[in-house]
This record gives sequence, structure tokens and C-alpha cells, in this order.
Amino acid sequence: MTERKQDVARRAEKSPLTTAWDYAPAPEARDIVHIQERYGLFIGGKFVEPLSGERYTTIDPAREEPLSEVAQANKADVNRAVKAARGAFDGPWSKLRPSERAKYLFRIARILQERSREFAVLESLNGGKPIRESRDVDVPLAAAHFFYYAGWADKLEYAFPNRRPRPIGVAGQIIPWNFPLLMLAWKIAPALAAGNTVVLKPAETTPLTALLFCDVVRQAELPPGVVNIVTGDGRTGAEIVAHPGVDKIAFTGSTEVGKAIQRTLAGTGKRLTLELGGKAANIIFDDAPLDQAVEGIINGIYFNQGHVCCAGSRLFVQESIYEATIAKLKRRMRTLRVGDPLDKNTDVGAINSKAQLEKIVSLVRSGVEEGAELYQPPCKLPERGYWFVPTVFTNVAQSYRIAQEEIFGPVLSVLTFRTPDEAIEKANNTPYGLSAGVWTEKGSRILAMAQRLRAGVIWANTYNRFDPASPFGGYKESGFGREGGRHGLEAYVAMDDA
Amino acid sequence: MKRLPVQKTYKLFIGGAFPRSESGRTYVAERANVARASRKDLRDAVRIARQAGVGWAKATAYNRGQVLYRIAEMMETRRSELVSFVSRAGEVDRAIDRVVWYAGWADKLGQVIGSANPVAGPYFNFTVPEPTGVTGILAPEPPLLGLVSRLSPVIVGGNTAVVIASEAHPLVAIEFAECLATADVPPGVVNILTGLRKELAPWLASHMDVAALDLTGGDGDAAELERLGAENVKRVVRGRPDGQSPYDIAAFLELKTVWHPIGM
Repeated sequence: MTERKQDVARRAEKSPLTTAWDYAPAPEARDIVHIQERYGLFIGGKFVEPLSGERYTTIDPAREEPLSEVAQANKADVNRAVKAARGAFDGPWSKLRPSERAKYLFRIARILQERSREFAVLESLNGGKPIRESRDVDVPLAAAHFFYYAGWADKLEYAFPNRRPRPIGVAGQIIPWNFPLLMLAWKIAPALAAGNTVVLKPAETTPLTALLFCDVVRQAELPPGVVNIVTGDGRTGAEIVAHPGVDKIAFTGSTEVGKAIQRTLAGTGKRLTLELGGKAANIIFDDAPLDQAVEGIINGIYFNQGHVCCAGSRLFVQESIYEATIAKLKRRMRTLRVGDPLDKNTDVGAINSKAQLEKIVSLVRSGVEEGAELYQPPCKLPERGYWFVPTVFTNVAQSYRIAQEEIFGPVLSVLTFRTPDEAIEKANNTPYGLSAGVWTEKGSRILAMAQRLRAGVIWANTYNRFDPASPFGGYKESGFGREGGRHGLEAYVAMDDA
Repeated sequence: MKRLPVQKTYKLFIGGAFPRSESGRTYVAERANVARASRKDLRDAVRIARQAGVGWAKATAYNRGQVLYRIAEMMETRRSELVSFVSRAGEVDRAIDRVVWYAGWADKLGQVIGSANPVAGPYFNFTVPEPTGVTGILAPEPPLLGLVSRLSPVIVGGNTAVVIASEAHPLVAIEFAECLATADVPPGVVNILTGLRKELAPWLASHMDVAALDLTGGDGDAAELERLGAENVKRVVRGRPDGQSPYDIAAFLELKTVWHPIGM
């Protein structure tokens, strides 16, 4: 290590910011949200009792307190929802002029904006994510997504010239727990814009914003059956996938489940899009603006507790700036505030569920056992709830589980490289291919790296940016099909070949 | 005295060469002893296709377009030979014209399929198509037009291919391979195997280095092959044997979206 770098490292260690400053609590009021004691299934435009007769408790993962009882839909419930969706598709929805369809979607976008605070608070309550994120990212992007696709509804022939675009029919949609409302928007907005009807299943642990969305559907006066929401665990999802009346499946979730769905649908001719796991490389070159890059690293892995399929979970640092980068990174980690998701100062909220926390703990243990060096900033965690301290592993080998497997938590693995070729080689050495980050001031190198990284989204000198106009989706085992942009429509449109 | 004609030995096409099956096996089709590829031949072909993919994906679109056009030139030169293997001469003409049509797409795909995306923030954001990787193709009938219709969209986009030729009519596929061998197609970009479908297709469908499958030529086993393909989330396509569409190219392309901040 050169003297200058030692100096940088030493100064960072001695920084006055070794412990986070005390902030007065700034909790967002939760009384804006009315949560019912129990919910039915939203089928045919109204809430109905589940035929299964079963319910389960959905909780606040930050307090381990029950929030509501929601339905566990079974085969008969799913069948009922698919029938309602089919009825709406064959009935009013397909007869509607596309320009009218567009106006429904615009309405939904506007209502989401109007009720954004309510959705943000509920999202943080049920999912554990910081209110700052649900308020500034999830909910505004969800509204923007409906606004974007609303405009496509009566312009499909411009998106797909000479191909007679038409709806597919009933779309079965299964979404994860990390961005519950936003993933709902990513699924429902393009499906409805193209004239389909949907049966959507929110994740088992985060059903509440989807159930509140049913009230938006009501306020927007959408014809009954166009949007149906069925809650439940993986069994409900499997019923949707297997239902013969569903024409298209869109799934966001784990690669393992995605593969099982692809196997189930093999030979059925049902259309399928998959947005699966990731293990993204975030690559820092020695000419990168280091302070910005460190912000990018932090945002890349600790955004939403690392519950992000495109999280920058493998950090590749060029050897010549390794010490300085790690020193700055650790210093920045010490300023992260972990705690109450409803507190406006919180950077890292609660882990979504006990099961996920256990998975993170077990992978972190494997990292220590395999020989990686663990760093966690000093951090006081609340007594109740599911929490995990932002973690960074150095001295990581490519073969370690923490460098290979998706952790889906606030855990970063740091590796190093010397040349751009080595960075590419290591970054692409994964079955995943969802996203990647590159940090360098050299324009030609950005484009060369962007070209050679095998991933569907490349963030250069930025990370974790999303926009309804920007296609998102994976290469390799991260899935196929795109969400967002003109390309995202394609998943929901039947077309002539030529 | 009547001259005895020299008969051709029909062999596989792997890595730009014409090897016999490593297994030494043949089967009889169209009154010829045709190489019966083994699982090992198939794996060799996939490995070589993967290596060849690096250079082919990097080739300029203009270059790829010219290579495809050159294939059409070589087919035209061998037109009479190709015609002797098919039931109607029209099939050869259509196959040649189809290759020319696809050749012209190479340098237009990015403009038709890609996009610049107006995101709500100070970012330049664009989407470009890129090749998926090694693609396995079960060539459908008719034996030449079916093969050409499914192969051309795969390679024009920068993918490499391992093709299992028609089991009943394999000879024209090997004749076509001779066109490829003389058309500046880099070795390994197209590999053509003859043999028994049932023996080869499951290994192609389950191979972890194969990124996409064209099962247009599949029959009763297509569902099982698709199931095998799920192990590495293969892109599975079932198109038309006689298809001709830029969207047949798009089916074998990935879309990459790049973000960069805009600032002074």
C-alpha cells in the first residue's frame, strides 16, 4: 500500500463520523391508513369470502405485530377469479374503444398519486421498507407506470407496425414481496393497456397494498373482473400457473420457482415471461469519482435492505484503489440508520420476513465459515422485529457461496480485479444476468464494458435507477421478457408474425 | 467403357470441418450412408459454437450481412446440386431468396428493435438488441427451406447454431453445409449434425451452454424438450417452418438497456 493510500485509509478510520449522529425520531403518522381486520378475495369487482375458508395473518415485520387476516385462495378460488377475468375479457373490456381503456389507466395513475401517502405508509408497514423509499420511489414509480402505459392503450399499432396487435386474454400474474405495489403496477399496467384482463397474486407476506389497490380499481370504476386479486402462498400461485383458462403467465421471483413454472408450462403453448434472480456485479475502476461510486455502492446493495433482484451484491474494485474504496465504504456504512421503517430518517428498514432473515443469516454464516472477512458497523437494532445490520465481506473468493448465490439482503461481497478483461471475466461468471454497474470517467471504456457485460440492465456511473419508459429484464437464468417501455408491451400482445 | 462416378461420403459439419461421427456410426437415409452423430459429437459442436460465438457476436452488422449474402451466392452456384435433393426446384429458389432477405436485416435490427428511452430524469437511456448465444435448432421440413428459414434469423442476429438436420432427408443439409464452408462463415458459427432425432435432441435441449432452442421442427417430443430446456431458462421458440420475419430474429435476441447520467 502506498503512503498516500495508507494516509487516506487512516484518515477515514479517524473520521468524526464513526458513529451515526443522533436524530430525533421523525415517524410518519400511520393513522392515514385504515387496515381492515380481515380481507376477502377481490373477484369480479367485489370482495368475496374465500371458498377455501382459510385465512392467514399478515404482519408488520418491524414490530412482529399482526396487521390483518387475509385469504388463502385455493383451486376453487383461483377458478372463480379466472372465470371473472374471462367474463370481463369476453364482455365489456374487449368491446371498449382503446381510447376509453387508456382513460381508465390514466384514472388509476391519478388516484394512486392522490392517495400516495396512504400507499407509502401501508407499504412500509407491511413490507418493512423505509418510508423514504416507499414515498419517493415505490409509489411515484407505480403511478408513473400506469400513466406511461395508459398512453399506449390506443397506440398499439404504432408499437407493432404491420402486426395487428391484439390482447392475449387472461393474464395470470405472480409478484414478489420486495416492491409489492410497484411490481403490481409493472404487471397490471401493460396488461390492461393491451386489452387483457388479469388475475394477480401478491406475495404471501405483502398482500396489503394490492388489497388497497382494489379500492383504486373501485374508485376508477373499472369494469368488474378486469382486475382480480387473489391472495395466498405459493400453492395459490401454482393454481394460477396450472389453470387452463389462463393464457399468459408473468412471474417475478426466484430463479428456482421460475424454472418450475417454465417446466409446468412446457408444451401448453401458454405465453410466459420471467423476471428472476440476480447477482449483479458493480465494477469500480481506478479513475471513477470515488465519493459518487461509494454512494452508488451503498445505493446498489442497501437500497430496500438489499431485497432487490438487481442489487449490486458483488462489488469489483480495481486493485489500485482497493484500500481507499473499502475505507470510504466502511465509513459511509457507519452513517446508515437502521430502524423503524416509518421513521423518515431511516435508511435501512426491517427484513421482510422471518424466513428471509434466516436465509440471510445462514448465507452470512457460510461466508464467515468459508473464510471471508466480515464487517458490520456499530448499530443498535430494535428489540422486536426482523433486522439485519448492513454487512460487507472482504477477502471473498469467486467460489464462496456469498459470491455465487443471491442473498437478497443487505450483504455485499467485495472482490478485486486488475484489468478490464479480468473484470468482465469475473462479472460474467454467474448463471444470472439481470444487471450490472460500471464506474469510470472514461467514456469509451463505459461503452466497451456495457457491451461485454452479459446483463439486461447496465447502470454506468449510477445504480438502481428505474423508469416506466426503460425496459427491465434479464439475460441467462435471470429470465426472459422485458417490463417497461415499448418492449414491455410485447409480453401482453398477440401479433401476426409478419 | 462407362465411367464409374465418384460418390460423396456424407459427414457432419462441425467447426467448419466435415468429420465423421466420432462413434463411427452411420444410418441409411435417401439411399446413402449418412453420419449418425453421437452425444459426444453434439457436445463438441456446442463447445465449438460457444467459442465461435465470441467473434461472431463482435463482428460488425455489415460484416454479418455480407457473410449471409455470400451464403446465398454459394447456394446459387450450387443450385443444380441443391435442386437434386429436394422435391421442387422452387424450394431452392425460395431458400436462396430468404437468405438474401435476412442478409439485409443485419444492420437494421438495432434501429427497428432498439430504442432511445425518454426517462424522467437526467439520464441518457437506450436499449440495444444483442445475441442470446448458442442456439439449438431442430430443422423442420421441407429439408432445405425449413432449415434455412430457421437458421438465417438465428445467425444474422449474431448467435451461433447447432442444427439437427431432418432425419429422413439429411443430404441437402450437408450439401448446404458445403455452401457454408465456402461462404466465409467463420468456423463453428453453424454446425450441422445428421443422425437420429430421438438420440440427439434431449442432449441439445438439456445442454447448459445452449441458450435458446428452436423447436419448430419438433414433433411429439417438443413438450419434453421444452421441459428439459427450463434447467437453464432457455428461450424456446416454435415458429413457422416457412417463416420470414424480423421478429423471428428478435426471438433470439436479448435486449440490453444502458443508463448514464447527463451532466456538465
